[in-house]
Amino acid sequence: MSTGDMNHEEEHGAVAVDEHGHGAVVPAGDPFADPGLPAHRPRITDIDEKAARKAERQVALLFVLSAAATIGFMVAYTQIPRTAVANFFPIGAVSASNLALGLLLGVAMFALGAGAIYWARTLMTDVEFPQERHLLDSDPADKADAAAEFTQGVDDSGIKRRPLIKRTLIGALAVLPLPALWILRDLGPLPGDSLRHTAWTGGELIINDNTVSLDGTKGSGIRPEEITVGSLFMGRPAAALAAGEDFNNVMAKAAILLVRLDPADIASAQERDWSYEGIVAFSKICTHVGCAVDLYEQQTHHMLCPCHQSTFDLSDGGKVIFGPAARSLPQLPITVNADGFLVAKSDFTQPVGPSFWERG
Amino acid sequence: MKSLSTRRRHPLAAFVVLLLALAFAGTLFAALVSPAASADSGESAAQQIADGKGLYISSCSSCHGQAAEGTNLGPSLIGVGGASVDFQVSTGRMPAKQLGPQIQAKPGQADQNLFTQAQIDEMSAYIQSLGGGPGIPDAGAYSTNDNLVSLGGVLFRQNCTQCHNFAGEGGALTDGKFAPALTGTTPRAIYEAMLTGPQNMPVFNDAALSPKDKQAIISYIVADRGEPNYGGAGLGRLGPVSEGLFIWTIGLIALLLITVWIAAHTTKASAERAAKAAAQKAGK
Repeated sequence: MSTGDMNHEEEHGAVAVDEHGHGAVVPAGDPFADPGLPAHRPRITDIDEKAARKAERQVALLFVLSAAATIGFMVAYTQIPRTAVANFFPIGAVSASNLALGLLLGVAMFALGAGAIYWARTLMTDVEFPQERHLLDSDPADKADAAAEFTQGVDDSGIKRRPLIKRTLIGALAVLPLPALWILRDLGPLPGDSLRHTAWTGGELIINDNTVSLDGTKGSGIRPEEITVGSLFMGRPAAALAAGEDFNNVMAKAAILLVRLDPADIASAQERDWSYEGIVAFSKICTHVGCAVDLYEQQTHHMLCPCHQSTFDLSDGGKVIFGPAARSLPQLPITVNADGFLVAKSDFTQPVGPSFWERG
Repeated sequence: MKSLSTRRRHPLAAFVVLLLALAFAGTLFAALVSPAASADSGESAAQQIADGKGLYISSCSSCHGQAAEGTNLGPSLIGVGGASVDFQVSTGRMPAKQLGPQIQAKPGQADQNLFTQAQIDEMSAYIQSLGGGPGIPDAGAYSTNDNLVSLGGVLFRQNCTQCHNFAGEGGALTDGKFAPALTGTTPRAIYEAMLTGPQNMPVFNDAALSPKDKQAIISYIVADRGEPNYGGAGLGRLGPVSEGLFIWTIGLIALLLITVWIAAHTTKASAERAAKAAAQKAGK
C-alpha cells in the first residue's frame, strides 16, 4: 500500500464493508467524512421467490390491461356513434364516444405507468451504488489527432489557394437569409391612417343589429322614440351591410351601442352636445386591448369590459372609472336625418380601440 | 282515565296542555286564513285591483310608498307595469329580504308560498292600473318554438352573452352585482325580464327585440339546457379559466398524493423476515 492510499484511508475513516460492497461508517474525527451508504435491506421479493413470481404476474397483468384498453380505444373510436349520449355520474349527460375514449386511453396509460412503477419497485434491483463523476475531457492525443485531421481537410479542399471559391461561398451564405425579409414585406402595407377612421361618416344611417337579416345584407334604422330610457340597442353603420368580405374589418372598428339617458344625468357638456335627446352612442371596442365592452348596467350607466374589468361611465363622456383602460370610450356624435332615423353626425373624433404605436 | 288523572299534577302537564292549545290555535288559523281562500279566479277586475292594493299596502308600501310613489328605500312603481311585478315577486326578488348591491332571487319561492300566483296577479293588476307599462305577457308569447332556436342563438349571442355567458351560466358585473344564471329561469320570467329590465339589466323593448325575437331567444335558452356536455364536465362552461383551475389544483394535488402514497409504501421486508431468510440461506 502506497503512502497516498494510506492518506485516503485516514481521511474517510475506517469503513466496515458488507457482502454487497456497502459499508457502515465509523467516524474518525472528521465532521465532513463521507457517511457512505446505509446498510442494504432486502425486499420481500428478493428473499421470497413465490412473492417475486406473484409480483411478476401482477406487472404482466397491468401491461395486458393496458394493451386491452388500447385495443378497446380503437374499437370505441369506430363503433360508438358520434352523437350517442351517455349519463355519467356526477357529470350528467356527456358524449358516449368522448367518455369511452377518455376512460380507455386513461386506463391504457395508467396501467402502463403503474406496471412500470410496480416492476421497478418490486423486481428491478434496488441495490444502492454510487456513480462517481469524472471529467468530460478527451485525452490530449485524441485532441491533437482531431485538429490534425481538420487542418488536413482544409488543405485538401484547396480553399486557401483558390480565393474565388472562398469569396463566392461567403457571398452565397450572406444572401441566403434575405428571402425571409423579402416575404415578410407582404405583411404590409403599413396601416396608414386606417386606424384613425371608421366606416362612420356624416349622415351614415345607424342600423339596429337585431333587425339585420341572417345573411347580413338587410337591416333597418332606429327611430329615436324606439330607444326608451333604460333600453340598450346594438348598432352598425349601413356601410357594414354592403361590406361583404370586408365585414369583419368594418365592424372591428365601427360597432356601437346606443342608450338613452336622462339629459339631466349627463355630466359632460360635450357628451350632451353629441347626444340626441339624451340618446348617446358609444364605441363597443374597449380602449385597453380591444375586447367587446358591452356589459351595460342601466341604473348606474356603467359599462364593464369582461376581459380586464375596465369600467366606463356612459353618463360622463365614457370616462374610465376602474380598470386598466387608459382612455375614455370614444363617443359617436349622432343626430336624426330627414326621415326621422338616427344617423352619425361625423366619424369618431379619435381613434377607436386600443392604443397603437403611431398614435403617440 | 285513571292514569291521566294521576298525572295531571305532573310538573310537565302544564307544558303539554299549552302545546296542545297552541297547535289547535295554529291549525284553526291556517284553516280560516289559507291563501287559497282569497284566490277565487272569478273575481272582477275592479275587485282584483282592490285586493291587489290591499296586498300592496301590507307587503310593499313600507319601501315603495303608500301610493307607489317611491321612497328612499325603493323606487316608484308607477308605470313599471304588471310584468315587472310578476317577475320580481314570482322569482322571489320582491319583497326584498335584504338591501345590497343586488336584490337576489330566492330559490324555491313557489314552495314557500309567500304569495300565490292569484295574489301576484292582483298586485300586478293594481300596479298596472296606476300608470300602465308592460303587462304580463300571454302564454303564447313565451312558448318555445323549435323553428326559432337558430335565430334565437344569433340574437342571444348578440344581446345576452356578454353578461349571461354563452351558455346562460351568468357572470360578474361591477361592485358585487352579477348577471344571474338562466339555467333554471322560467320562460315567462325571461320574457318579463327582457321586457322590463329588472335592476341593472337593460330593457329590450319591442323595437330592440321584436316579440318574435324574444320568443326565439327563449326557445334557444330552453333548447340549450337539454344539450349534453360533449366534452365532459362543464365546470360552469367558463372555458379555459375553470378548466385550468381544475387541473392545476385538483389534478396536481391528486398527482402529488399518488406520489406520496407510492413513496410511503415500502417494499422492503421486515427485519425478522429478512433475518429468517438469511438464516435459511446460511443453513443451506
